[in-house]
Amino acid sequence: MASRKRERKRRLGKGIGNIYAVLVYAFIYAPIAVMVVFSFNDQKTNYYWKGFTLRWYEKLFTDSSIVEYLWNSLFIAIAATVISVIVGTIGAVGLIRFEFRIKKLINNSLYIPIVIPEVVLGLSLLMLFEIIHLPLGFTAIILSHATFCIPFVIIIMRGRLAGMDLSVEEASMDLGANRLVTFFRVTLPMLIPGIVSGAFMSFTLSIDDVIISNFVSGPYSTTLPVKILSLVKTGLSPEVNALTTIMIAVVLTGLLINSVVQVLMRKRALTHTKSYF
Amino acid sequence: MASALHVEGGFKMKHTKMSSEISTLERTRNRKRNLIPALTMAGPVTIWMMVFVLLPLIYVVFISFMQRNTFGGIDYHFTTANYTEILQPVYLKVIWKSIKLAFLTTAICILIGYPLAYYIARKPSKLAAKLLMLIMIPFWTNTLVRLYSINLIGQPNGFLSSFLMKIGMISKPLDILYSDGIVVVGLLISMLPFAILPLYASIEKLDKAYLEASSDLGARPAVTFLRITVPLTLPGIVASVILVFIPSLGMYYVPEALGGGKVMLIGSLIRNQFLITKNWPFGASLSILLVLITLLMLWLYTRIAKLDEMEVV
Repeated sequence: MASRKRERKRRLGKGIGNIYAVLVYAFIYAPIAVMVVFSFNDQKTNYYWKGFTLRWYEKLFTDSSIVEYLWNSLFIAIAATVISVIVGTIGAVGLIRFEFRIKKLINNSLYIPIVIPEVVLGLSLLMLFEIIHLPLGFTAIILSHATFCIPFVIIIMRGRLAGMDLSVEEASMDLGANRLVTFFRVTLPMLIPGIVSGAFMSFTLSIDDVIISNFVSGPYSTTLPVKILSLVKTGLSPEVNALTTIMIAVVLTGLLINSVVQVLMRKRALTHTKSYF
Repeated sequence: MASALHVEGGFKMKHTKMSSEISTLERTRNRKRNLIPALTMAGPVTIWMMVFVLLPLIYVVFISFMQRNTFGGIDYHFTTANYTEILQPVYLKVIWKSIKLAFLTTAICILIGYPLAYYIARKPSKLAAKLLMLIMIPFWTNTLVRLYSINLIGQPNGFLSSFLMKIGMISKPLDILYSDGIVVVGLLISMLPFAILPLYASIEKLDKAYLEASSDLGARPAVTFLRITVPLTLPGIVASVILVFIPSLGMYYVPEALGGGKVMLIGSLIRNQFLITKNWPFGASLSILLVLITLLMLWLYTRIAKLDEMEVV
């Protein structure tokens, strides 16, 4: 009797847990659902549902100024990712290998862009570009994005380097390879997984950044999020909904492909190990 | 005996001196040999952090003590007026409201996030990974468009309002736009994932044996939760507080997208000093205040948890 009561209680607890989780996920996803639904809404002001249409998607592909800003954002994100992966990867190795006087200062300064409010980083970069007379625009945005991406790349890389056997490098140099060859043929291949996740992180941070880009973008060279910020105040056109819907569809497809590839690779790895026996 | 000891001691001293001489020699040689690789590898990141992070921040501190000239530029005369200006009631009100809303957001994030993180942590690892992925996916949609969707949901002539009126929950159209409430909802939507991830990480690490021991010793579930689970997952809770509180405090696009300019927070105030009213020294002093609040939070964090936990997050 008592056990049945306990069982009932347990099941009730589980039910409440499930309902709770569904509610929280609904809260997180409600805005996205509204965004997708209203991208098909046959009305410009978008306040209530009028009817189904595909014209915003059509407009997106035929005449739309908003797509231009997406290209800007992609270009900036790719450039910032490339720079931060290069500087970050080499820097992570350098900061572990070598001792120098201000190393501790540099190591600590890596946490600054991560922990200080973005608005402060944004305005300090704006001041810097003003002093060195760098015109605001693409170059300034790319440099700024790289500034907050590099620390993330280095922290991810450090995690990777910590789990690595460094004697392999020594072995390479003992066998007559110089530092450069060792770096490219031994160290770098071992770092590839870290580089991939660092690049992924940088790209994600860069493409969705609003605050820092807002400070350092020029009037004609701005990113998609900054453009959307300026449009939000007057009301977004469903065109923007359509564009973001396409973007999330691309991301979801990418994730799906990734998981399918992983499953396939695991299967292949299994058959390979089998063939050894 | 004593003299033997002395001799031995003397020899030892000489020996250590010699070896230290060798090692300094070797070190200098090593340093010379390492100079070029060290410069090429550690050099770029060192220069980058100096030029783009450290020097600009020092310059912000410097500017916060300068005067603004009539053309929106900077007069290089020392003053503390920018800091005393903060004490004006109108600005104190903005700062107080920012702290209040950020605090409210953080508290709600933890209250909503903790049970969910606990729920996910109790699931088998494959399902847990999928559930966490579902938390992460909204990160890849534009935050502003999501905020705008909240705006659409909250419209007085929107569908939520008419639905609620139809079922009789409210008698007149919804009036939540441009209020503090909707700004907090917006902050919650954009911050909740940041709260859930560190909470999950610390709850998942929790050793179930402690919970069993507690209940075996006769503690009721509520007591076990408060006296065992919460203290053991405290680092995760504090990490979440930091990850939510700091960005919420300086955030300006949420109040701008949802508050319609009626909800003024410290982030917008700073932004306006730089991009609209061109009072850089005052904006600089406000941002120094913001950094100080941040540092205070981080200091509290290091008191409660070790800093290297932060790297995991």
